[in-house]
Amino acid sequence: MSYRIEVTGLRKSFGTLTVLRDISLKVEPGQVVALIGPSGSGKSTLLRCLNLLVMPEGGQVRIGGDCFTFGGGSKMPGTKEQARFRSNTGMVFQHFNLFPHMTVVQNVMEGPVSVKGMPKREADAIARKLLAKVGLSDKVDVFPNKLSGGQKQRVAIARALAMEPEVMLFDEATSALDPELVGEVLGVMRDLAAEGMTMIIVTHEISFAREVADRVVFMRDGVIVEEGPAREVIDTPQQEATRTFLSHFHNRG
Amino acid sequence: MSYTWNFDIVWGYRWILLSGTAVTIGLTIAVIVFGLVAGLVAAIAQLSRSPVLRWMSWAYIEMFRLTPLLVLLLWFYYALPIVTGIKLDALTASIVTLTLYGGSFYAEIIRGGIVSIDSGQSEAGMALGMTPARVMRRIVLPQAIKRMIPPLMNQSIIQFKNTSLVSVLAVPDLLYQGQVAAMDTYRALEVYTIVAAIYVVVLLPLTVVVKRAEKRLAQSN
Ligand SMILES: Nc1ncnc2c1ncn2[C@@H]1O[C@H](COP(=O)(O)OP(=O)(O)O)[C@@H](O)[C@H]1O
Ligand SMILES: [Mg+2]
Repeated sequence: MSYRIEVTGLRKSFGTLTVLRDISLKVEPGQVVALIGPSGSGKSTLLRCLNLLVMPEGGQVRIGGDCFTFGGGSKMPGTKEQARFRSNTGMVFQHFNLFPHMTVVQNVMEGPVSVKGMPKREADAIARKLLAKVGLSDKVDVFPNKLSGGQKQRVAIARALAMEPEVMLFDEATSALDPELVGEVLGVMRDLAAEGMTMIIVTHEISFAREVADRVVFMRDGVIVEEGPAREVIDTPQQEATRTFLSHFHNRG
Repeated sequence: MSYTWNFDIVWGYRWILLSGTAVTIGLTIAVIVFGLVAGLVAAIAQLSRSPVLRWMSWAYIEMFRLTPLLVLLLWFYYALPIVTGIKLDALTASIVTLTLYGGSFYAEIIRGGIVSIDSGQSEAGMALGMTPARVMRRIVLPQAIKRMIPPLMNQSIIQFKNTSLVSVLAVPDLLYQGQVAAMDTYRALEVYTIVAAIYVVVLLPLTVVVKRAEKRLAQSN
Protein backbone atom coordinates (compact mmCIF):
# COMPACT_ATOMS: atom_id res chain seq x y z
CA MET A 1 0.00 0.00 0.00
CA SER A 2 2.72 2.47 -0.91
CA TYR A 3 0.39 4.46 -3.17
CA ARG A 4 -2.08 7.05 -1.91
CA ILE A 5 -4.20 6.91 -5.07
CA GLU A 6 -4.50 3.79 -7.17
CA VAL A 7 -6.72 3.70 -10.24
CA THR A 8 -6.95 0.47 -12.19
CA GLY A 9 -8.69 -0.16 -15.51
CA LEU A 10 -11.11 2.71 -15.12
CA ARG A 11 -13.82 2.92 -17.79
CA LYS A 12 -16.61 5.39 -18.37
CA SER A 13 -18.90 6.32 -21.23
CA PHE A 14 -21.80 8.69 -21.63
CA GLY A 15 -24.30 6.94 -23.87
CA THR A 16 -22.38 5.89 -26.95
CA LEU A 17 -19.48 8.24 -26.22
CA THR A 18 -16.60 6.47 -24.53
CA VAL A 19 -14.77 9.02 -22.41
CA LEU A 20 -12.36 6.90 -20.35
CA ARG A 21 -10.84 3.72 -21.77
CA ASP A 22 -8.99 1.60 -19.30
CA ILE A 23 -7.23 4.29 -17.31
CA SER A 24 -4.66 3.24 -14.72
CA LEU A 25 -2.82 5.68 -12.53
CA LYS A 26 -0.81 5.48 -9.32
CA VAL A 27 0.10 8.40 -7.11
CA GLU A 28 2.46 8.14 -4.15
CA PRO A 29 1.78 10.01 -0.90
CA GLY A 30 2.89 13.61 -1.22
CA GLN A 31 3.21 13.42 -4.96
CA VAL A 32 1.83 16.08 -7.26
CA VAL A 33 0.52 14.89 -10.62
CA ALA A 34 -0.36 17.35 -13.36
CA LEU A 35 -2.99 16.05 -15.74
CA ILE A 36 -2.81 17.78 -19.09
CA GLY A 37 -4.45 17.25 -22.45
CA PRO A 38 -6.73 18.85 -24.99
CA SER A 39 -10.26 19.80 -24.07
CA GLY A 40 -12.67 16.87 -24.23
CA SER A 41 -9.97 14.30 -23.56
CA GLY A 42 -11.65 13.15 -20.33
CA LYS A 43 -9.56 14.93 -17.66
CA SER A 44 -12.54 16.27 -15.73
CA THR A 45 -14.36 12.96 -16.01
CA LEU A 46 -11.33 11.16 -14.58
CA LEU A 47 -11.12 13.56 -11.61
CA ARG A 48 -14.86 13.29 -11.02
CA CYS A 49 -14.64 9.49 -11.09
CA LEU A 50 -12.02 9.74 -8.38
CA ASN A 51 -14.55 11.24 -5.96
CA LEU A 52 -17.59 9.53 -7.44
CA LEU A 53 -19.30 12.67 -8.71
CA VAL A 54 -19.34 10.53 -11.84
CA MET A 55 -19.87 6.79 -11.39
CA PRO A 56 -17.31 4.74 -13.33
CA GLU A 57 -18.58 1.76 -15.29
CA GLY A 58 -15.63 -0.46 -14.69
CA GLY A 59 -12.33 -0.64 -12.88
CA GLN A 60 -11.17 0.14 -9.41
CA VAL A 61 -10.47 3.30 -7.43
CA ARG A 62 -8.53 3.27 -4.19
CA ILE A 63 -7.83 6.40 -2.18
CA GLY A 64 -5.99 5.83 1.07
CA GLY A 65 -7.66 2.86 2.73
CA ASP A 66 -10.93 3.23 0.81
CA CYS A 67 -11.43 1.07 -2.25
CA PHE A 68 -14.36 0.68 -4.66
CA THR A 69 -14.67 -1.76 -7.55
CA PHE A 70 -17.07 -0.94 -10.36
CA GLY A 71 -18.86 -3.01 -12.97
CA GLY A 72 -18.68 -6.76 -13.44
CA GLY A 73 -21.59 -7.31 -11.07
CA SER A 74 -19.98 -5.58 -8.11
CA LYS A 75 -22.42 -3.73 -5.90
CA MET A 76 -22.66 0.05 -6.30
CA PRO A 77 -21.77 1.86 -3.09
CA GLY A 78 -24.77 3.36 -1.26
CA THR A 79 -25.21 7.12 -0.81
CA LYS A 80 -23.77 7.10 2.73
CA GLU A 81 -20.70 5.16 1.66
CA GLN A 82 -20.21 7.44 -1.33
CA ALA A 83 -20.43 10.49 0.90
CA ARG A 84 -17.85 9.12 3.30
CA PHE A 85 -15.55 8.28 0.41
CA ARG A 86 -15.86 11.81 -0.98
CA SER A 87 -15.13 13.42 2.35
CA ASN A 88 -11.61 12.03 2.07
CA THR A 89 -10.86 13.86 -1.19
CA GLY A 90 -10.89 17.63 -1.55
CA MET A 91 -12.17 18.95 -4.87
CA VAL A 92 -11.59 22.40 -6.31
CA PHE A 93 -13.75 23.38 -9.29
CA GLN A 94 -13.11 25.68 -12.20
CA HIS A 95 -16.06 27.87 -11.25
CA PHE A 96 -15.40 27.87 -7.48
CA ASN A 97 -18.97 26.83 -6.56
CA LEU A 98 -18.87 28.69 -3.26
CA PHE A 99 -22.15 28.69 -1.34
CA PRO A 100 -23.51 32.20 -1.96
CA HIS A 101 -25.88 32.15 1.04
CA MET A 102 -23.02 31.68 3.50
CA THR A 103 -20.22 33.98 4.51
CA VAL A 104 -16.64 33.05 3.71
CA VAL A 105 -16.02 31.52 7.13
CA GLN A 106 -19.35 29.65 7.02
CA ASN A 107 -18.40 28.22 3.64
CA VAL A 108 -15.23 26.80 5.15
CA MET A 109 -16.99 25.56 8.31
CA GLU A 110 -19.79 23.82 6.42
CA GLY A 111 -17.92 20.56 5.79
CA PRO A 112 -16.61 19.96 9.33
CA VAL A 113 -19.90 21.03 10.97
CA SER A 114 -22.37 19.34 8.70
CA VAL A 115 -20.41 16.23 7.68
CA LYS A 116 -18.21 15.55 10.71
CA GLY A 117 -20.58 17.00 13.28
CA MET A 118 -17.80 19.18 14.68
CA PRO A 119 -18.84 21.81 17.26
CA LYS A 120 -19.18 25.25 15.66
CA ARG A 121 -16.52 26.89 17.82
CA GLU A 122 -13.93 24.35 16.87
CA ALA A 123 -14.85 24.50 13.17
CA ASP A 124 -14.73 28.29 13.29
CA ALA A 125 -11.21 28.21 14.67
CA ILE A 126 -10.07 25.77 12.00
CA ALA A 127 -11.75 27.81 9.27
CA ARG A 128 -10.07 31.03 10.40
CA LYS A 129 -6.69 29.33 10.49
CA LEU A 130 -7.15 27.99 6.95
CA LEU A 131 -8.35 31.36 5.70
CA ALA A 132 -5.27 32.97 7.20
CA LYS A 133 -3.18 30.40 5.41
CA VAL A 134 -4.68 31.31 2.02
CA GLY A 135 -4.27 35.00 2.84
CA LEU A 136 -7.89 35.92 3.43
CA SER A 137 -8.05 36.77 7.13
CA ASP A 138 -9.64 40.12 6.30
CA LYS A 139 -12.49 38.52 4.35
CA VAL A 140 -13.86 35.96 6.83
CA ASP A 141 -17.21 37.65 7.35
CA VAL A 142 -18.04 38.82 3.84
CA PHE A 143 -20.26 37.02 1.37
CA PRO A 144 -18.67 35.40 -1.70
CA ASN A 145 -20.22 37.90 -4.14
CA LYS A 146 -17.93 40.55 -2.69
CA LEU A 147 -14.78 38.63 -3.63
CA SER A 148 -12.61 38.59 -6.74
CA GLY A 149 -12.24 35.34 -8.65
CA GLY A 150 -8.83 34.68 -7.15
CA GLN A 151 -10.15 35.23 -3.63
CA LYS A 152 -13.13 32.97 -4.32
CA GLN A 153 -10.87 30.17 -5.48
CA ARG A 154 -8.67 30.52 -2.40
CA VAL A 155 -11.79 30.23 -0.21
CA ALA A 156 -12.78 27.14 -2.18
CA ILE A 157 -9.38 25.63 -1.48
CA ALA A 158 -9.70 26.41 2.22
CA ARG A 159 -13.19 24.89 2.21
CA ALA A 160 -11.84 21.65 0.74
CA LEU A 161 -8.89 21.59 3.16
CA ALA A 162 -11.20 21.97 6.15
CA MET A 163 -12.23 18.34 5.73
CA GLU A 164 -8.57 17.34 6.13
CA PRO A 165 -8.68 15.22 2.98
CA GLU A 166 -5.94 12.76 2.12
CA VAL A 167 -5.77 14.04 -1.45
CA MET A 168 -6.69 17.22 -3.29
CA LEU A 169 -8.11 17.30 -6.81
CA PHE A 170 -7.98 20.53 -8.84
CA ASP A 171 -10.03 20.81 -12.03
CA GLU A 172 -8.70 23.78 -13.98
CA ALA A 173 -8.69 25.86 -10.82
CA THR A 174 -7.30 28.93 -12.59
CA SER A 175 -9.03 28.69 -15.99
CA ALA A 176 -11.88 31.02 -15.08
CA LEU A 177 -9.61 33.69 -13.61
CA ASP A 178 -8.39 36.96 -15.06
CA PRO A 179 -4.69 36.57 -15.87
CA GLU A 180 -3.55 38.88 -13.08
CA LEU A 181 -5.35 36.72 -10.48
CA VAL A 182 -3.92 33.36 -11.55
CA GLY A 183 -0.71 33.81 -9.59
CA GLU A 184 -2.30 34.11 -6.15
CA VAL A 185 -4.15 30.79 -6.61
CA LEU A 186 -1.14 28.98 -8.04
CA GLY A 187 0.82 30.31 -5.06
CA VAL A 188 -1.55 28.61 -2.63
CA MET A 189 -1.35 25.38 -4.61
CA ARG A 190 2.44 25.57 -4.65
CA ASP A 191 2.46 25.94 -0.84
CA LEU A 192 0.22 22.91 -0.48
CA ALA A 193 2.52 20.87 -2.67
CA ALA A 194 5.50 21.94 -0.59
CA GLU A 195 3.68 20.82 2.58
CA GLY A 196 3.40 17.34 1.14
CA MET A 197 -0.23 17.26 0.08
CA THR A 198 -1.01 14.56 -2.47
CA MET A 199 -2.56 16.31 -5.44
CA ILE A 200 -3.87 15.73 -8.94
CA ILE A 201 -4.02 18.98 -10.85
CA VAL A 202 -5.79 19.37 -14.17
CA THR A 203 -4.25 22.49 -15.65
CA HIS A 204 -3.30 24.39 -18.77
CA GLU A 205 -0.54 26.22 -16.89
CA ILE A 206 2.28 24.22 -18.40
CA SER A 207 5.10 26.13 -16.76
CA PHE A 208 3.43 25.69 -13.37
CA ALA A 209 3.07 21.96 -14.02
CA ARG A 210 6.71 21.72 -14.99
CA GLU A 211 7.84 23.54 -11.87
CA VAL A 212 5.51 22.13 -9.20
CA ALA A 213 4.42 18.70 -10.37
CA ASP A 214 6.49 15.58 -9.80
CA ARG A 215 4.85 13.83 -12.69
CA VAL A 216 2.91 14.88 -15.76
CA VAL A 217 0.22 12.72 -17.31
CA PHE A 218 -0.87 13.56 -20.84
CA MET A 219 -4.34 12.36 -21.84
CA ARG A 220 -6.05 12.32 -25.19
CA ASP A 221 -9.35 10.71 -26.25
CA GLY A 222 -9.79 8.92 -22.95
CA VAL A 223 -6.40 7.26 -22.78
CA ILE A 224 -3.14 8.14 -21.09
CA VAL A 225 -0.79 8.77 -24.00
CA GLU A 226 2.34 9.57 -22.09
CA GLU A 227 3.43 10.03 -18.50
CA GLY A 228 6.66 10.58 -16.65
CA PRO A 229 8.69 13.04 -14.60
CA ALA A 230 7.32 16.53 -15.21
CA ARG A 231 10.40 18.03 -16.83
CA GLU A 232 11.01 15.07 -19.08
CA VAL A 233 7.47 14.97 -20.44
CA ILE A 234 7.28 18.71 -20.95
CA ASP A 235 10.80 19.34 -22.24
CA THR A 236 11.30 16.17 -24.27
CA PRO A 237 7.93 14.55 -25.02
CA GLN A 238 8.27 11.13 -26.60
CA GLN A 239 4.89 10.91 -28.31
CA GLU A 240 3.89 12.90 -31.38
CA ALA A 241 0.48 13.75 -29.81
CA THR A 242 2.18 15.19 -26.72
CA ARG A 243 4.55 17.26 -28.85
CA THR A 244 1.66 18.64 -30.91
CA PHE A 245 -0.31 19.52 -27.79
CA LEU A 246 2.63 21.19 -26.04
CA SER A 247 3.54 23.19 -29.14
CA HIS A 248 0.41 25.28 -28.51
CA PHE A 249 1.97 26.66 -25.37
CA HIS A 250 4.66 29.23 -25.94
CA ASN A 251 5.46 29.94 -22.33
CA ARG A 252 7.44 26.78 -21.75
CA GLY A 253 10.13 26.63 -19.07
CA MET B 1 -78.40 57.83 -15.78
CA SER B 2 -79.63 59.30 -12.55
CA TYR B 3 -78.90 56.40 -10.22
CA THR B 4 -78.81 57.46 -6.61
CA TRP B 5 -76.29 55.56 -4.63
CA ASN B 6 -77.53 54.35 -1.31
CA PHE B 7 -74.95 52.92 0.99
CA ASP B 8 -77.11 53.36 4.11
CA ILE B 9 -79.05 50.17 3.50
CA VAL B 10 -75.85 48.29 2.96
CA TRP B 11 -74.47 49.55 6.27
CA GLY B 12 -77.00 47.34 7.97
CA TYR B 13 -75.21 44.34 6.48
CA ARG B 14 -71.77 45.29 7.76
CA TRP B 15 -71.51 42.41 10.24
CA ILE B 16 -72.57 39.87 7.69
CA LEU B 17 -70.02 41.17 5.20
CA LEU B 18 -67.38 41.21 7.91
CA SER B 19 -68.08 37.59 8.82
CA GLY B 20 -67.87 36.74 5.13
CA THR B 21 -64.48 38.46 4.99
CA ALA B 22 -63.33 36.43 7.99
CA VAL B 23 -64.41 33.20 6.31
CA THR B 24 -62.60 34.19 3.12
CA ILE B 25 -59.40 35.01 4.99
CA GLY B 26 -59.56 31.85 7.10
CA LEU B 27 -60.23 29.72 4.05
CA THR B 28 -57.34 31.35 2.21
CA ILE B 29 -54.91 30.72 5.04
CA ALA B 30 -55.99 27.08 5.24
CA VAL B 31 -55.65 26.43 1.53
CA ILE B 32 -52.30 28.22 1.35
CA VAL B 33 -50.85 26.13 4.18
CA PHE B 34 -52.28 22.82 2.94
CA GLY B 35 -51.53 23.77 -0.65
CA LEU B 36 -47.86 24.42 0.14
CA VAL B 37 -47.60 21.00 1.75
CA ALA B 38 -49.26 19.37 -1.28
CA GLY B 39 -47.02 21.37 -3.61
CA LEU B 40 -43.85 20.45 -1.74
CA VAL B 41 -44.73 16.76 -1.78
CA ALA B 42 -45.56 16.87 -5.51
CA ALA B 43 -42.37 18.82 -6.29
CA ILE B 44 -40.18 16.36 -4.39
CA ALA B 45 -41.94 13.49 -6.17
CA GLN B 46 -41.25 15.21 -9.49
CA LEU B 47 -37.55 15.32 -8.67
CA SER B 48 -37.34 11.80 -7.28
CA ARG B 49 -35.51 8.97 -8.99
CA SER B 50 -38.61 6.78 -9.03
CA PRO B 51 -40.42 6.95 -12.40
CA VAL B 52 -43.69 5.93 -10.75
CA LEU B 53 -43.56 8.85 -8.30
CA ARG B 54 -42.58 11.22 -11.09
CA TRP B 55 -45.45 10.06 -13.26
CA MET B 56 -48.00 10.25 -10.45
CA SER B 57 -47.07 13.76 -9.48
CA TRP B 58 -46.97 14.83 -13.13
CA ALA B 59 -50.50 13.47 -13.63
CA TYR B 60 -51.70 15.26 -10.50
CA ILE B 61 -50.11 18.57 -11.41
CA GLU B 62 -51.35 18.66 -14.98
CA MET B 63 -54.85 17.43 -14.12
CA PHE B 64 -55.40 20.19 -11.62
CA ARG B 65 -53.60 22.90 -13.52
CA LEU B 66 -55.57 22.30 -16.68
CA THR B 67 -59.08 21.94 -15.23
CA PRO B 68 -61.04 25.11 -14.45
CA LEU B 69 -61.35 25.61 -10.72
CA LEU B 70 -65.12 25.97 -10.90
CA VAL B 71 -65.40 22.60 -12.62
CA LEU B 72 -63.17 21.03 -9.95
CA LEU B 73 -65.29 22.49 -7.13
CA LEU B 74 -68.51 21.16 -8.61
CA TRP B 75 -66.87 17.80 -9.28
CA PHE B 76 -65.60 17.35 -5.74
CA TYR B 77 -68.92 18.39 -4.27
CA TYR B 78 -71.37 16.66 -6.60
CA ALA B 79 -69.46 13.94 -8.46
CA LEU B 80 -67.06 12.57 -5.84
CA PRO B 81 -69.87 11.17 -3.66
CA ILE B 82 -71.28 9.30 -6.65
CA VAL B 83 -67.89 7.80 -7.56
CA THR B 84 -66.62 7.00 -4.07
CA GLY B 85 -69.55 7.26 -1.73
CA ILE B 86 -67.63 9.87 0.26
CA LYS B 87 -69.81 12.89 0.85
CA LEU B 88 -67.90 16.04 1.75
CA ASP B 89 -69.68 19.02 3.24
CA ALA B 90 -69.38 22.21 1.22
CA LEU B 91 -66.56 23.71 3.30
CA THR B 92 -64.46 20.52 3.28
CA ALA B 93 -64.99 20.05 -0.45
CA SER B 94 -63.88 23.67 -0.96
CA ILE B 95 -60.75 23.26 1.14
CA VAL B 96 -59.79 19.98 -0.54
CA THR B 97 -60.33 21.36 -4.03
CA LEU B 98 -58.54 24.66 -3.47
CA THR B 99 -55.68 22.88 -1.69
CA LEU B 100 -55.10 20.48 -4.56
CA TYR B 101 -55.62 23.17 -7.19
CA GLY B 102 -53.23 25.63 -5.52
CA GLY B 103 -50.82 22.80 -4.73
CA SER B 104 -50.43 22.00 -8.42
CA PHE B 105 -49.25 25.55 -9.10
CA TYR B 106 -47.08 25.67 -5.98
CA ALA B 107 -45.48 22.38 -7.06
CA GLU B 108 -44.29 23.87 -10.32
CA ILE B 109 -42.90 26.93 -8.54
CA ILE B 110 -41.09 24.82 -5.96
CA ARG B 111 -39.72 22.38 -8.55
CA GLY B 112 -38.63 25.27 -10.76
CA GLY B 113 -36.88 26.97 -7.85
CA ILE B 114 -34.97 23.82 -6.95
CA VAL B 115 -33.80 23.03 -10.49
CA SER B 116 -32.80 26.67 -11.04
CA ILE B 117 -29.93 26.24 -8.58
CA ASP B 118 -26.69 25.58 -10.48
CA SER B 119 -25.66 21.92 -10.34
CA GLY B 120 -22.18 23.06 -9.25
CA GLN B 121 -23.72 23.88 -5.87
CA SER B 122 -24.82 20.29 -5.26
CA GLU B 123 -21.51 19.01 -6.56
CA ALA B 124 -19.60 21.21 -4.16
CA GLY B 125 -21.73 19.93 -1.29
CA MET B 126 -21.34 16.31 -2.36
CA ALA B 127 -17.60 16.78 -2.79
CA LEU B 128 -17.40 17.80 0.88
CA GLY B 129 -18.97 14.47 1.78
CA MET B 130 -22.56 15.56 2.35
CA THR B 131 -25.35 13.10 1.57
CA PRO B 132 -27.85 14.14 -1.13
CA ALA B 133 -30.51 14.82 1.50
CA ARG B 134 -28.17 17.10 3.44
CA VAL B 135 -27.11 18.88 0.26
CA MET B 136 -30.78 19.55 -0.42
CA ARG B 137 -31.37 20.89 3.09
CA ARG B 138 -28.20 22.89 3.62
CA ILE B 139 -27.22 24.06 0.15
CA VAL B 140 -30.00 23.88 -2.41
CA LEU B 141 -33.20 24.67 -0.49
CA PRO B 142 -31.93 27.79 1.30
CA GLN B 143 -31.01 29.30 -2.07
CA ALA B 144 -34.07 27.98 -3.90
CA ILE B 145 -36.56 29.21 -1.28
CA LYS B 146 -35.31 32.76 -1.71
CA ARG B 147 -36.13 32.56 -5.39
CA MET B 148 -39.48 30.87 -4.78
CA ILE B 149 -40.88 33.38 -2.33
CA PRO B 150 -42.10 36.07 -4.75
CA PRO B 151 -43.86 33.65 -7.13
CA LEU B 152 -45.31 31.71 -4.18
CA MET B 153 -46.72 34.94 -2.79
CA ASN B 154 -48.18 35.87 -6.16
CA GLN B 155 -49.81 32.48 -6.42
CA SER B 156 -51.21 32.91 -2.91
CA ILE B 157 -52.77 36.23 -3.88
CA ILE B 158 -54.47 34.46 -6.77
CA GLN B 159 -55.61 31.80 -4.30
CA PHE B 160 -57.22 34.49 -2.16
CA LYS B 161 -59.31 35.60 -5.12
CA ASN B 162 -60.00 32.00 -6.13
CA THR B 163 -61.78 31.38 -2.84
CA SER B 164 -64.68 33.53 -4.11
CA LEU B 165 -65.74 30.58 -6.26
CA VAL B 166 -66.74 28.56 -3.19
CA SER B 167 -69.85 30.73 -2.98
CA VAL B 168 -71.39 28.42 -5.60
CA LEU B 169 -71.37 25.70 -2.94
CA ALA B 170 -73.03 28.10 -0.47
CA VAL B 171 -69.93 28.39 1.71
CA PRO B 172 -70.60 31.67 3.58
CA ASP B 173 -67.55 33.56 2.28
CA LEU B 174 -67.39 37.24 1.42
CA LEU B 175 -68.94 36.89 -2.03
CA TYR B 176 -71.71 34.59 -0.78
CA GLN B 177 -72.65 37.05 1.96
CA GLY B 178 -72.53 39.81 -0.62
CA GLN B 179 -74.99 37.89 -2.75
CA VAL B 180 -77.30 37.53 0.23
CA ALA B 181 -77.10 41.23 0.97
CA ALA B 182 -77.63 42.17 -2.67
CA MET B 183 -80.69 39.99 -2.93
CA ASP B 184 -82.21 41.31 0.30
CA THR B 185 -81.66 44.95 -0.53
CA TYR B 186 -81.90 45.03 -4.33
CA ARG B 187 -78.75 47.14 -4.11
CA ALA B 188 -76.44 45.01 -6.23
CA LEU B 189 -74.35 47.95 -7.38
CA GLU B 190 -73.50 49.16 -3.88
CA VAL B 191 -73.01 45.72 -2.39
CA TYR B 192 -70.77 44.32 -5.12
CA THR B 193 -68.75 47.52 -5.23
CA ILE B 194 -68.09 47.16 -1.53
CA VAL B 195 -67.30 43.46 -1.88
CA ALA B 196 -64.78 44.25 -4.63
CA ALA B 197 -63.28 47.02 -2.48
CA ILE B 198 -62.81 44.62 0.44
CA TYR B 199 -60.87 42.15 -1.74
CA VAL B 200 -58.64 44.99 -2.93
CA VAL B 201 -58.08 46.44 0.54
CA VAL B 202 -57.04 43.06 1.94
CA LEU B 203 -54.69 42.30 -0.95
CA LEU B 204 -53.09 45.71 -1.36
CA PRO B 205 -50.63 45.40 1.55
CA LEU B 206 -49.70 41.91 0.38
CA THR B 207 -48.83 43.06 -3.12
CA VAL B 208 -46.60 45.75 -1.63
CA VAL B 209 -44.78 43.05 0.36
CA VAL B 210 -44.33 40.94 -2.79
CA LYS B 211 -42.95 43.90 -4.75
CA ARG B 212 -40.44 44.55 -1.96
CA ALA B 213 -39.41 40.90 -1.83
CA GLU B 214 -38.90 40.86 -5.59
CA LYS B 215 -36.80 43.99 -5.45
CA ARG B 216 -34.66 42.68 -2.61
CA LEU B 217 -34.11 39.44 -4.51
CA ALA B 218 -33.08 41.32 -7.66
CA GLN B 219 -30.53 43.29 -5.66
CA SER B 220 -29.04 40.29 -3.91
CA ASN B 221 -28.29 38.55 -7.22
N1 LIG C 1 -22.33 14.40 -17.98
C1 LIG C 1 -21.95 14.22 -19.25
N2 LIG C 1 -22.83 13.75 -20.17
C2 LIG C 1 -22.47 13.54 -21.46
N3 LIG C 1 -21.25 13.77 -21.93
C3 LIG C 1 -20.31 14.22 -21.09
C4 LIG C 1 -20.61 14.48 -19.71
N4 LIG C 1 -19.50 14.95 -19.11
C5 LIG C 1 -18.55 14.98 -20.06
N5 LIG C 1 -19.03 14.55 -21.24
C6 LIG C 1 -18.27 14.41 -22.49
O1 LIG C 1 -17.13 13.65 -22.21
C7 LIG C 1 -16.02 14.11 -22.93
C8 LIG C 1 -14.86 14.40 -21.98
O2 LIG C 1 -15.23 15.48 -21.18
P1 LIG C 1 -14.32 16.03 -20.00
O3 LIG C 1 -13.99 14.93 -19.08
O4 LIG C 1 -15.01 17.20 -19.43
O5 LIG C 1 -13.01 16.47 -20.79
P2 LIG C 1 -11.90 17.53 -20.37
O6 LIG C 1 -12.07 17.88 -18.93
O7 LIG C 1 -10.61 16.85 -20.68
O8 LIG C 1 -12.11 18.72 -21.25
C9 LIG C 1 -16.47 15.33 -23.70
O9 LIG C 1 -16.74 14.96 -25.03
C10 LIG C 1 -17.73 15.74 -22.99
O10 LIG C 1 -18.61 16.35 -23.89
MG1 LIG D 1 -12.48 19.72 -18.04
